[in-house]
Amino acid sequence: MMAIPLSHLLVFSALLFLTGLYGALTRRNAVGILMSIEIMLNAVNVNFVAFAGMLNAPPELGQVFVIFIIVLAATTAAVGLAIVMAIYRNQKTIYTDEIDLLKW
Amino acid sequence: MTTFGPLAAISCYAALLGILTVAILTVTVRNLFHAAIFLAFTLLGVSIIYFFLRAEFLAGIQILLYVGAIMTLVIFAIMLTSRIGDPQVPQSNRQRIPVFILIAISAFFLIGAILKASWKTISTLQTTNAVELGKALMGEFVFPFEVISLVLLIALIGAIVVARSDP
Repeated sequence: MMAIPLSHLLVFSALLFLTGLYGALTRRNAVGILMSIEIMLNAVNVNFVAFAGMLNAPPELGQVFVIFIIVLAATTAAVGLAIVMAIYRNQKTIYTDEIDLLKW
Repeated sequence: MTTFGPLAAISCYAALLGILTVAILTVTVRNLFHAAIFLAFTLLGVSIIYFFLRAEFLAGIQILLYVGAIMTLVIFAIMLTSRIGDPQVPQSNRQRIPVFILIAISAFFLIGAILKASWKTISTLQTTNAVELGKALMGEFVFPFEVISLVLLIALIGAIVVARSDP
């Protein structure tokens, strides 16, 4: 007996992923883009946990990869925010359309 | 295995709707600090979904790592860099309408595909615990585990090198 069918969870995580994608494509602030990417990674994690619980496979198989994704999200946040700091120190802005040093 | 009554189903759907609402607020609200607070609530809500799916260890990790560590980093970066009090600066670029159309089309096809597919689900919810996860990490997945440890170490050293002020 499940609390909620699998397809509803998948629809939820698809909508959460698309919400994060919208933020990543429309935010001007680099920190906002990183936050949207965290939302997208979380949607993928919900998918993994739902499949691990409800499909006929060993449940560790899905949950181990959730741990890997969480670690990768932590590295993304650390490196990304360090790059944001470095850009802010050099350019005095973190709005992505104002950082045009490599364009001409 | 535990069974869920109708009350659990209702609260689960309420949690799903609440998470989606807070996530939409996160990507659309103007003040970036408010967006960070909404992001914290989104991550907390995802950990509630993990509790509903009986993945308690992952829920604990989610709260510790995301809500604890990553949110601290994000709020730190916002405080250090952005001009939050300035309402004149637009917070989104000019791609809003085309991106929204793209997202709507993707959502239509994705949800259609998900609802059409026949998932071979099993009747009872499979659960695991931290002991089983640890055995899997040290046994079957030991190579990706070592690789991910190396990636984490290098990323932390790289973050310190990139973020420090020049000597």
